[in-house]
Amino acid sequence: MKGMPLSALLGLFITLLFFSVAILAPAIAPYGMSEIVGDVWEPSSAQYWLGTDNLGRDLLTRMIYGGRTTIFVAAMATALSFTLGSILGFTAAVYGGWVDQVMSRLNDLIMSIPTLIFALVVLSVMPVTLPTLILIMGFLDSTRVFRLSRAVAVDINVMDFVEAARLRGEGRAWVIFREILPNALSPLVAELGLRFIFAILFISTLSFLGLGIQPPAADWGGIVKENREGIVYGIPAALVPAVAIVTLSISVNLVADWALNRTTSLKGGRGV
Amino acid sequence: MHPILKLVIQRLALGLLLLLAASVLIFVGTQILPGDVAQAVLGQNATPEALANMRASLGLDQPAYARYFSWLFSALHGDLGHALSNGRDIAESISGRMRNTLFLASVAAAISVPLAIFLGLLAVRYRDRWPDRLISAITLASISLPEFLLGYVVMYFLSVKLGWFPSVSNINSGMTFWQKLNAVALPATVLTLVVLAHMMRMTRAAILNVMQSAYIETAELKGLRRFTIIARHAMPNAIAPIVNVVMINLAYLVVGVVVIEVVFVYPGMGQYLVDHVSKRDVPVVQACGLIFATVYIGMNLLADLIAILSNPRLRHPK
Repeated sequence: MKGMPLSALLGLFITLLFFSVAILAPAIAPYGMSEIVGDVWEPSSAQYWLGTDNLGRDLLTRMIYGGRTTIFVAAMATALSFTLGSILGFTAAVYGGWVDQVMSRLNDLIMSIPTLIFALVVLSVMPVTLPTLILIMGFLDSTRVFRLSRAVAVDINVMDFVEAARLRGEGRAWVIFREILPNALSPLVAELGLRFIFAILFISTLSFLGLGIQPPAADWGGIVKENREGIVYGIPAALVPAVAIVTLSISVNLVADWALNRTTSLKGGRGV
Repeated sequence: MHPILKLVIQRLALGLLLLLAASVLIFVGTQILPGDVAQAVLGQNATPEALANMRASLGLDQPAYARYFSWLFSALHGDLGHALSNGRDIAESISGRMRNTLFLASVAAAISVPLAIFLGLLAVRYRDRWPDRLISAITLASISLPEFLLGYVVMYFLSVKLGWFPSVSNINSGMTFWQKLNAVALPATVLTLVVLAHMMRMTRAAILNVMQSAYIETAELKGLRRFTIIARHAMPNAIAPIVNVVMINLAYLVVGVVVIEVVFVYPGMGQYLVDHVSKRDVPVVQACGLIFATVYIGMNLLADLIAILSNPRLRHPK
């Protein structure tokens, strides 16, 4: 934490704020999630800070609960994609040879179809539930993590201390988890932030298209979908999630930028 | 054989192989459900006879590989099958929508590509000064928003508040070119913003990379103006990476179109796809998925080919 620039500290603070609001949602939210409290699309007032939505529910409450769902799904999908992608990536790098070839080409194949299109194809036959959404998002995003972690691991794999571990007679699992993983952690952590933001944007897009979180549950993409009709009448309720998403993603980006700079300077001036 | 021809043929063959594998993947993607399409359409309470009838009429009683090959074969002959939801011929419904989507994507490309390259040059010219920082800040903000929200933000300000453009893009074949252009103004603006940031940043990075070469220093010492150095000396050598980035972003444009069409209720392929995903109309989804994947892979292939062809070391081997 020491020597952290102001921008990264600010980013970290706002990110933590978003996460704590998400966790404490039921305690913070002024009203119930699907409780109808007022008229349709009331302007903001002391009673309803952000106004009300298309059914007369408090928009601030919807935003808080929506953030909870969106952040939860994105975090789970990111966790899945990192576990899957990095373990497979390291495995490919450590085994090398045809194992690496098969895994990498398969990865290229999945990446050759645009993520959104692939997700839509799969969602056309799958039931749209939270676990399926997390699985699909995590799986599709793990291809990007695979590519990065394989590239990083290939570099580490030829270093002397890995060679030493092999000569000691350590198995492949040891090499992957005890030699490569600790040394590949910093670039992966920097990537984590970007993948998380991507997951937030992706789940919001799916919900907006009506293929993500299903009503009456709230989420940021769904709030846009519910209030989109209001735009034409000049009611900006649908734009509130935009503010939340931009704030969160810039904050996470600031932290990720700092993490990336820190890791590159540790390795001796790469990328400065 | 000329080495570059060999390289191009290899790359083309690889692209075709990739396309074939992608079609398998799209087909398999719709088969992973424990039940099948007939079950999904008729619901849980369907009688066994109804299910069997539906399976027979859809050809679901045949093994998966046989269905795949017959699907691929008819798709290659331009027969995409019939939609489950309304029994219409898919190829017929798609053709008009495809023209609309291509029109929107080309308008966006025609604006964004020259603009991105010009802004990239400008950012290099005023590197680390306010124009560079301003451009970077705006592009960062536009990356941080999902496409559909960017769409609504633009719609709210340009259409509802200022009233410059229609908020819904209705388009039909009876309209003149200018009327069509006016109709797609907003969606094209949003798509431009979506791809502009990445293209501009990569252009800037590619030119900055070249700017460190010795011949740039020579040009500087000759006393040329900075913009002339960038446009005449740095730019031609950065063409390959820039063209590459342009093609990749055009491929991305095709995906961005899907969401933007829904936002602006534009009658294109993307809206057609999303509508039928929620109706669980598998043949339509497969057909659209295949078309989008083909365009995406084709664009990426073209990017590779241009990169190969624009490399003088490959064109004139020793």
